[in-house]
Amino acid sequence: MTTLDPVTFSILTGRLEQIADEMDATLYRSAFNPIIAEARDACHGLYHAETGATLVQGQKGLPIFVGAMAFAVKAVIDKVAAQEAGGRGGLDDGDTFIFNDPYAGGTHLNDFRLVRPLMRGGRIFAWLASVGHWLDIGGNVAGGYNPRAEECHQEGVLIPPVKLFRKGVLQQDIVDILAANSRVPRSNWGDLNGQLNALDLGERRFHALIDEYGDGVVMAALDAASDRAEALMRAEIAKLPDGAYSFEDYLDNDGIVDERLTIALDLTVAGDTLRLDFSRSSPPCRGPVNIAYSTAVAACYVALKHMFTSVPANAGCLRPIAFDIPGTTFLGVGAPRPVAGYTETILRMIGVVFGALAKADPARATAAPFGTINALSIAGHRANGDRWVMFSFFGGGLGGNPQSDGLNHANNPISTATIPPAEILEASYPIMFTQWALRPESGGAGEHRGGLGAIYEIEVLDPRGADVSLLGERGRHAPFGVAGGGPGALNRFTFDTDDGPKEPPMASKITGVTLKQGQRVRLETPGGGGWGDPMRREKTAIDKDAANGLAAGSRPA
Amino acid sequence: MTGRSTIVGVDVGGTFTDLAWFDEGTRRFRTAKVPSNRGDEAVGFIDGLRRFGPVSEIGAIIHGTTVGTNALLERKGAKLGLITTRGFRDVLEMRRRDRPQTWGLWGDFTPVAERAMRLEVSERTLADGAIRQAVDLEEVRAAARALLAKGAEALAIVFINAYANPANERAAFEAARTVWPNDHIAFSAEILPEIREFERTSTTALNGYLQPVVSSYLGKLDRALAADRFAGSFHIVQSNGGVMSTAAARKFPIRTALSGPAAGVIAAGAIAAAAGVADIITADLGGTSFDVSLVADGKPALAAQTTIDFGLVVRTPMVEITTIGAGGGSIAHVDAGGLLAVGPESAGSRPGPVCYAQGNDRPTLTDANVVLGRINAEQPIGGTLSRLDVAAARSAILRHVGEPLGLSAEAAAEAIVRVANAKMSGAIRLVSVERGHDPAKFTAVPFGGGGALHVGALISEVGLKGALVPRYPGITSALGCIIADIRSDHVQTINASVDGLDGSALARRMDEAGRAARDIVAASGLAMERIDVLFELDMHYIGQTHTVAAPLELGLDDLADVSGPLVRAAFETAYRKAFSRLLTGIPIRIVNLRTAAIGRRPAFDLKALAPESGSVEAARRGSRQVWFDGGWRSAAIWDRLALPVGAVVDGPAILEQPDAATVLDPGLSARVDGFGNLMVERG
Repeated sequence: MTTLDPVTFSILTGRLEQIADEMDATLYRSAFNPIIAEARDACHGLYHAETGATLVQGQKGLPIFVGAMAFAVKAVIDKVAAQEAGGRGGLDDGDTFIFNDPYAGGTHLNDFRLVRPLMRGGRIFAWLASVGHWLDIGGNVAGGYNPRAEECHQEGVLIPPVKLFRKGVLQQDIVDILAANSRVPRSNWGDLNGQLNALDLGERRFHALIDEYGDGVVMAALDAASDRAEALMRAEIAKLPDGAYSFEDYLDNDGIVDERLTIALDLTVAGDTLRLDFSRSSPPCRGPVNIAYSTAVAACYVALKHMFTSVPANAGCLRPIAFDIPGTTFLGVGAPRPVAGYTETILRMIGVVFGALAKADPARATAAPFGTINALSIAGHRANGDRWVMFSFFGGGLGGNPQSDGLNHANNPISTATIPPAEILEASYPIMFTQWALRPESGGAGEHRGGLGAIYEIEVLDPRGADVSLLGERGRHAPFGVAGGGPGALNRFTFDTDDGPKEPPMASKITGVTLKQGQRVRLETPGGGGWGDPMRREKTAIDKDAANGLAAGSRPA
Repeated sequence: MTGRSTIVGVDVGGTFTDLAWFDEGTRRFRTAKVPSNRGDEAVGFIDGLRRFGPVSEIGAIIHGTTVGTNALLERKGAKLGLITTRGFRDVLEMRRRDRPQTWGLWGDFTPVAERAMRLEVSERTLADGAIRQAVDLEEVRAAARALLAKGAEALAIVFINAYANPANERAAFEAARTVWPNDHIAFSAEILPEIREFERTSTTALNGYLQPVVSSYLGKLDRALAADRFAGSFHIVQSNGGVMSTAAARKFPIRTALSGPAAGVIAAGAIAAAAGVADIITADLGGTSFDVSLVADGKPALAAQTTIDFGLVVRTPMVEITTIGAGGGSIAHVDAGGLLAVGPESAGSRPGPVCYAQGNDRPTLTDANVVLGRINAEQPIGGTLSRLDVAAARSAILRHVGEPLGLSAEAAAEAIVRVANAKMSGAIRLVSVERGHDPAKFTAVPFGGGGALHVGALISEVGLKGALVPRYPGITSALGCIIADIRSDHVQTINASVDGLDGSALARRMDEAGRAARDIVAASGLAMERIDVLFELDMHYIGQTHTVAAPLELGLDDLADVSGPLVRAAFETAYRKAFSRLLTGIPIRIVNLRTAAIGRRPAFDLKALAPESGSVEAARRGSRQVWFDGGWRSAAIWDRLALPVGAVVDGPAILEQPDAATVLDPGLSARVDGFGNLMVERG
């Protein structure tokens, strides 16, 4: 093992991260679909040659992928090993794998992963990977968020890890299969090229860096970075009082059966280690809010990283943490359980981790964020027969915290997505926003109130009308407050019919709504939970809310 | 134009006001540095001008200002009222649904106009420009009166889709003007007729927020200049590095957000070009930050947008300046995981580094430079302290960095410098390697007080060709004010497909925008050799949201050539340069037309800056011990300004001057060129 001096370590830490950042930026700029280009639903990094563990991540990568990618790379490692064992060839320089299998590497079918070996002197040094959310990969609902799916085959086409490039040669057959299975093949082709741009760039940059410093020094720096993350995470955990802390929260339903689902966490702090036990959670469900084990671990990682922000993003920080996420719960399922709505489940998991940690350390607590992505799709046909699909996620309020009120109209903790501008959506699709506003009184009461949710109201302009579907949550169980704070407002969705406005029977999940020209949908998103006793809220803050027509501080719990 | 031949550039910074004076008749050049008077900058401004004689004899003054930047950063703008389309008053506060950091969910945002100061009126324009609902002018007047009654000092009007058709917005502006008591009123299509409602709203609102502040500042300067019977022209440097009239600055104060730093980049580019160097990277090391900017082939890189602070987005073309938190005051510390980091926390200039002995006991980059002998502790630059406390710096470094890492004070100080150098190199890589430029072709141009301390590392770590240290690094921005061209920029969203493009319709819009911009520049009253009108199209493949800027190699007289194939070729050239793959078969769209008129100033003869005489021996100031690469070395000390043209100095050496020091590492050599610049190269 090469020895590493502390200065070289500091320098290499920055240089390695910079390369991953640059890969992220390359994809954002060249991607086709706005979910990558604007919402940054993508991630890049460098992963361990044998274990797939995360070695380096960009600072802007989508938080949930930062946790999930290690499992995806491991899936490729296992696939290579199986092929070698079966005498079907192994790994070559110039190979690149592609897949979207949600049970082998997490999340859902829209997220396409590209994994490429970084070869040094004929041997694998580490893996490079790229993941990005493609707009559509088939399935019953355009955009993939099918709230009625009962198996993953209704959510789109599933691709296991296969070689997209063999020794540097593109396998056009695979591209053709992917193209034939999407409503928007051109968009996917653009995104695939963007991801390849990012991998090409990362490969060049990492080779140059390793050439400059030497393989041994860079490897030693990667090991040291993981050790450092572990040490920092242990230091943070050690600050929490030892003990057991439990917290529960609920999903409205799974979109098929209108019964609530429980996420129950028993969290144990012992010295500088944590155990997160989700065994008491609900069993696997029929609708698409199940998640795979890897997704569940990634969600916990995101929650802890938001609490302990100084711990760097690599696998070392997970070493002091043990997980119990059994397959008897809906948080550790396998194929073909439907998973398209995984975002709702992980958002609730993240909230539950915040809730349990709030019991351990109220002084650092953050109340629940709004907790739903509200995947809304409005689709129709243009005069020439072409299909159009407007698909976007919507914002809400973050939780109040010891420092300040929660942020109004923010993105979810699993993402750093910015919302597409109304003007871009109006220029692209035959729709018009009649309202794009803060939602008064939606933040939970508290000394520091929850951030406000939003109101979006959209009218269909096309004479041929449009079909609407929504996958959202928090229609029945509001974002909780902490340290005496109250809950935020519930999610609310209404759509026009010939008989007046209606709400979906499953609260925030519906498909098959048809709107005529001039009819509207209205989405009112939750605010965050409040922090601290509302009676302690400063009068100036109450007066300011009142003057601004928000009057949220005095909202009854 | 006046008959007077003197021109003065004035750069007002937080601590000092720097001035550069030039007589175009006699080719004489002078500089001055006076303390800034924070809060009443006019005092330092006039004091500085008087150093050159009667202000009434000055022909032209060109000013780089940070008044706008500071008002934004410190939230000291005016009370602003905003009138929007019904349903959209919260756009300014909702931003693009972002949060301050990727990790961590704390933090909040206060918009420059609170919700109660944002009123809605009935009107609607659609994305294709069709007016769905005409604006109710009585409602607009009532809203304006209501905002006025609530104390608004400035008014901004932003309607949805006004970029596609400004008719409703313009009508509302005309109506509001009849009840508004001052000139601080604007509509978004006039400030930024570009798609994306948040960016347009934010830019228009921040313009309004700055209007009373910048107008009052310029009014004060005007009055002070009039009192000294100044009768020449008075201009302001814009963030894009071009000069505009004070009338334009009052109307578009948002364009001054990066005025001073932009002037520095312009000057660095001009100094390098005169010295025969076309590709440079400027490096400005201040107390809290390190700013870099790339000038390729003599042209500064421009950015379309910048974020001043969380949620404060400004979208106007500006010299692209990349800032990282590594300055002389950046604090070095070892974290719980054993990593040595420098910054982003900074001791600033008060209390400042440990060696300033003003109460800070945590070691900074400057302290490391002092301990290693790279900075002369007996003659601090800037002139406010008489000497630096080396012993205090040494013990702070030993305690906070040396002991945790098991290093001596000197080795720890060297580690701090190396980590800081790595951060600075990272910033340089960010603007060069990562944008597809080969650093080996670029020369570093350090300016400000600190950049030249680190040129050696920048050369060797990034693989730069060398460095050019201007003769007066401390007054680069003031010099830039004199040199900067006159410039007017305009953007307009087009949203047209390249397939079946109506070339003559596009040519008409280009002609209109080009002539309007040219007329503004022509009216400036400053001497110009010619006016260039440049066109650029923001384009993408349909389906993408980001765009690539494709320059069109056409002037105002060539617009008959505008056609679909010409536009497509320009796009494909630009796209191939930015990414490795073209996407054949996918249709292409023009999103925006960008027009710039540039009035080229007469070439400034930088020979005026060169030393007139002197000898190498007379410039020698002895030697002192300086730490390089793990040990003490004897380094020659030189009075930099006393070195004659053609002098060559070999490292290890330190070249000192009142406002900067240049460290020549062993293996580097420096030559004084015909302009008085130091050209630093490897042995």
